[in-house]
Amino acid sequence: MSKEGFSISLASPHAPGMDGFQKGGIALFALAFLFTLIGLFGPAAQDPALFFYIGFIGSIVGLSIYTVRTYLKRPAGVQNNHIFTSSITNRGLWGWALGIFLTGFYVVLYWGSDEMWNSSPLVLLFNPISQGLFNHPPDRWFLYSFIYTVSILIMGVRAILKYRHSNYQIVRTCSIMFFQLGFAFLIPQFLKAMSQPEYYFSYFWPLDYDLLFPSNVDGMLSNGTIGMWMLINSAILTFIATPILTYFFGKRWYCSWVCGCGGLANTAGDPFRQLSDKSMKAWKIERWMIYSILLFITVLTILLWVNSYLKGGMFGGISHSLTKVYAFLIGQAFAGVVGVGFYPLLGTRVWCRFGCPMAAYLGLLQKYFSRFRITTNGGQCISCGNCSTYCEMGIDVQSYAQRGENIVRASCVGCGICSTVCPRGVLNLENGSTHTDRENNNPITFGNDGVGLNLD
Amino acid sequence: MTEQKHIVIIGNGIAGITAARHIRKRSNHRITVISAETEHFFSRTALMYIYMGHMKFEHTKPYEDWFWEKNRIELKRAVVSKVEPSSNSIIFHSGETMQYDELILATGSASNKFNWPGQDLKGVQGLYSFQDLESMEASTKGIQRAVVVGGGLIGIEMVEMLLSRQIPVTFLVREDSFWNTMLPKEESEMINRHIRSHHVDLRLKTDLKEILSDENGKARAVVTGDGEEIPCQFVGLTVGVHPNISFLKDSGIETDKGILVNKKLQTNFTNIYALGDCAQVQNPMENRKPIEAVWYTGKMMGETVAATICGNPTDYNPGIWFNSAKFFDIEYQTYGYVSAQLKEGEESLFWEAEDGLRSLRIVFDSNSKAVLGFNAFGIRLRHKVCDEWLKNRTSVQEVISNLKRANFDPEFFKKFEREVNFSS
Ligand SMILES: Cc1cc2nc3c(=O)[nH]c(=O)nc-3n(C[C@H](O)[C@H](O)[C@H](O)COP(=O)(O)OP(=O)(O)OC[C@H]3O[C@@H](n4cnc5c(N)ncnc54)[C@H](O)[C@@H]3O)c2cc1C
Ligand code: SF4
Ligand code: SF4
Repeated sequence: MSKEGFSISLASPHAPGMDGFQKGGIALFALAFLFTLIGLFGPAAQDPALFFYIGFIGSIVGLSIYTVRTYLKRPAGVQNNHIFTSSITNRGLWGWALGIFLTGFYVVLYWGSDEMWNSSPLVLLFNPISQGLFNHPPDRWFLYSFIYTVSILIMGVRAILKYRHSNYQIVRTCSIMFFQLGFAFLIPQFLKAMSQPEYYFSYFWPLDYDLLFPSNVDGMLSNGTIGMWMLINSAILTFIATPILTYFFGKRWYCSWVCGCGGLANTAGDPFRQLSDKSMKAWKIERWMIYSILLFITVLTILLWVNSYLKGGMFGGISHSLTKVYAFLIGQAFAGVVGVGFYPLLGTRVWCRFGCPMAAYLGLLQKYFSRFRITTNGGQCISCGNCSTYCEMGIDVQSYAQRGENIVRASCVGCGICSTVCPRGVLNLENGSTHTDRENNNPITFGNDGVGLNLD
Repeated sequence: MTEQKHIVIIGNGIAGITAARHIRKRSNHRITVISAETEHFFSRTALMYIYMGHMKFEHTKPYEDWFWEKNRIELKRAVVSKVEPSSNSIIFHSGETMQYDELILATGSASNKFNWPGQDLKGVQGLYSFQDLESMEASTKGIQRAVVVGGGLIGIEMVEMLLSRQIPVTFLVREDSFWNTMLPKEESEMINRHIRSHHVDLRLKTDLKEILSDENGKARAVVTGDGEEIPCQFVGLTVGVHPNISFLKDSGIETDKGILVNKKLQTNFTNIYALGDCAQVQNPMENRKPIEAVWYTGKMMGETVAATICGNPTDYNPGIWFNSAKFFDIEYQTYGYVSAQLKEGEESLFWEAEDGLRSLRIVFDSNSKAVLGFNAFGIRLRHKVCDEWLKNRTSVQEVISNLKRANFDPEFFKKFEREVNFSS
C-alpha cells in the first residue's frame, strides 16, 4: 500500500500547499546554503568565514521559518501523516542517502587524520567562534559538538512544535536542550579554556566507559582539588544519585531528560523513531548484547585496577588491548557510527537499545527496583498499534496494553511518545507509591465481569 | 483437561481471535480460524492510519506472523458460503467442506447502503474491510473533491483520512449537529466547531438524494436532499453497519438483525456460538443494547465463549459500558450511560474549557444523586476509578470532590479538576 512520496522534509513529512512564509523560508535556506558553498570552495576563499557565517545563520533562520510555519498552520495534535509514505522517513531512496551520508561523516570524523581535520576549511571556519568564546583553536571535536548541539536545539524546537499539545513533551524537550547546551557543550569548553580537565557533568560511568579506568582516575587526581572533586562527583552520580533517581522516576530521568545520546535521538532523530524493530527477535538480540557490554566494561575496569595494583605485572598487554578494542568497536564504531549514522535505517536508539552500558545499568534498576511503570487504562485499548510503531526502543507496547497490563520493561526510556500518540488515551507514565505493586498480570479485558481472573 | 475437539471459528477479527487465543490458553483443542479478508488478524480500528501513512499494514497486526503456528492456531483463508448444523459442517465457496465439533461465528459487519441511485458506481464505497481501504487508495488518487455521507465515527475518520491527502471534503450529516443521536448538544457542537476548524465543508441537516455518474460509470457529483449538486470524484458512504450474516440464510440458525444468542452466546444449536459485531444478544443486560458493534464487546465475548467451550460455562456479563474515539485532535472517552438527551430523573453537570477543546460531563440520578455516566473530551479519565464509582453508585458530590483520582492525563498537563467549575 505504501507509495513512496517525494517529500524530503523532516518538518512535517508532507507539507503541500506551501504559503508565502514557507516558500520564503525555503528560499532563504537555499540561498544561504549557496553562500556556504561559496565560502568553502569559491572565489571568496580569502575570507571564507564571512560567507560561511552568512550561510550558516541564513540556513538556520530559513529552516526555522519553514518549520515553525508548517507546524503552526495546523491545529495542535499528533500528526504523523505520511511518515510511512515519504521516502526519507521510510527507508526510501532519500532515507538511504541520508544514512550513508551520516555514516560516512562519522567514519571520517573518527578515523580521519588530525592533519587532515586541523587544516580543513570546515574546522578552520569555527576559529572565530571557538577563539571568541573559549579562547582556544577549534579541532574536529569542537566542530562535532557544535553541530551536535545546534542539531539538538533546532530539531528540539521542531519537536516542541510537533508535540505542542503535550506538556510532557514540551518540558522534556526543553530539559534535553538545556543539558546539551549547558552541561555537554558550554561547561566542558569553558573548563578546557581554563586549562582544566575536560569534564562532562552529564556523562558518567558506565556510559563514560573509561571514567573509572586507573589512568583516567590518576589523570583527574593529578589535577588537584578540582580533579578530586570531579572524581567524587562522578562516583556520587554513578553509585548514589543514579539508583535513587531511578527508584523514583525510572531510567527516564537520565535517558530522556539528560543524556546527550537520548537528546539527539529525541530531537534530530524524532522523524525516524518509527523505524525501530519491534519484533521478538530484535528483543532477544538486544538483551544479549546490552548486558554483555555492561559485563565487559565492568570486568575490564576491575581488571585494569588489579593490573595497576600489581604494577602492570599481570595483565599488562591484554588489558590495554582490550581497552583499545572496546574504544574502537563500542565507543566509536557502535555508539558513533552505527548509533547515529543509521538513524534513517534502523531507527533512533540503536545504541541506547543494543549497546549502551549505562542503559543496561539503569534498566536493571528500573526493572527490579523502581516505582516507574507505564499504566494501561483499563480496557480502552483498540490494538491499533500506534504505540508500538512509535516506540523508539522497539518495545511492543501494544502487546501489554491490549491485555490491560502495566509496562515494566528494562529498556523503556520513558520518552512518553507511546502515551502521546495513543488515540484512545490508554497509556500513562506514572511513578507509583511503591515498587512492588507494578505488575498487574491480569489477562482479561477490563470491564468484563463475566470471566474471572484465574484461568482454571 | 477435557477431550480434544475441533473448534472452527469463522472470522479472524477481534472476537474470533480473542476466542481462539483464550481457548488455546485453556485447552488443547484443535483450532481453525477462517477468514475471507486477510491472511493474518489485523486491527480494523487502525485502517485510517494506514491510509494516512502513520503505519503500514504490518504494524496493524497485533501478533507477529509466527504466533499462529507457535500457538497451534490453524489459519485458513477462504469464504464460507454455507453452514450445515445437521451434519456439523461448513461449506466453502470452492465447494470444499470442513467438519467441526464446535463452531464460532464471528463474521463481523457490513456497511449499510440505503438504495440510493448511484450507490454502486465506481468511486462510491464504505469503509470496513482491508479491501475497502485498497479501493479507497485507488479511487482517491488525484481527485479534486470528496463527499462523505453520514455523521458517525467512521465518517469522521474518513474525512480525516481524505484531508491528510489534501483532498477537500464536503461532509453531509443528516442530523442538525454531528453525531447528536449519541452526543449531548454541547459536546456535539464542540465537535462541529472542531471539524470546521480543519477546513471541512460540514453540511448539517443535509442528506444524500443520489449520486451522478460520468460517462465511464464513475461518480461525478452528489445531489443533496435540497437539490444541490456537489461535484466530487469520490463518495464515502458511512451510514452505519449491520451484522454480516447473509450467508446463514436457510442454515436453520436463528437470526433477527444479527445472529440470536443466549446468555452463553449460544445460538439455537448448542455447539454453535456467535460473537462480536454479528451477534444479537436476546436478553441484554440493563442499559446494554442487543447489538454492540465495538471492539471491546467483541473481545469480552471472545473471552466468555472460550471459558464456556473449555468446560467452564460462563454467562456474558459485560459490566459497565465504556467506549472511546478521537475526533481529529480531540480524544473522547465515555463511561457508563450518557445519552444524547437526559432521561426522566436524570441530571447532568457540564464543564467546558475556555479553549473549547476540552469538556467533562457527569450524569447522575436526581433523587439518589448516584453517578450514572461520564463523557470526557480532550481529557483522559481513569477507567478503573470511573468503573468503581459507577458500580458503587457513588454520589455525585463525592465524585466531584475526588475527581483527581480519575485523572489519567500525562504529567505536566493542565489539571482539569482545578479548572472544572460546574456551577456555571
Ligand atoms: C474504520 C473502522 C474504525 C473502527 N473504530 C473503532 C473504534 O475506534 N473503537 C471500537 O470499539 N470499534 C471500532 N470499530 C468497530 C470494530 O472494528 C468492530 O466492532 C470489530 O472489528 C468487530 O470485530 P469482529 O471480530 O466482530 O468482526 P470483524 O473484525 O468484522 O471480523 C470478521 C471477519 O470475518 C470474515 N468473514 C465474514 N464472513 C465470512 C465468511 N462467510 N467466510 C469467511 N470469512 C468471513 C471477514 O472477512 C472479517 O475478516 C471500527 C470499525 C471500522 C470499520
Ligand atoms: S514504551 Fe513508550 S515511553 Fe517507553 S520508550 Fe517506548 S515509547 Fe518511550
Ligand atoms: S495502547 Fe493506544 S496506541 Fe497502543 S494499541 Fe492500544 S489504543 Fe493503540
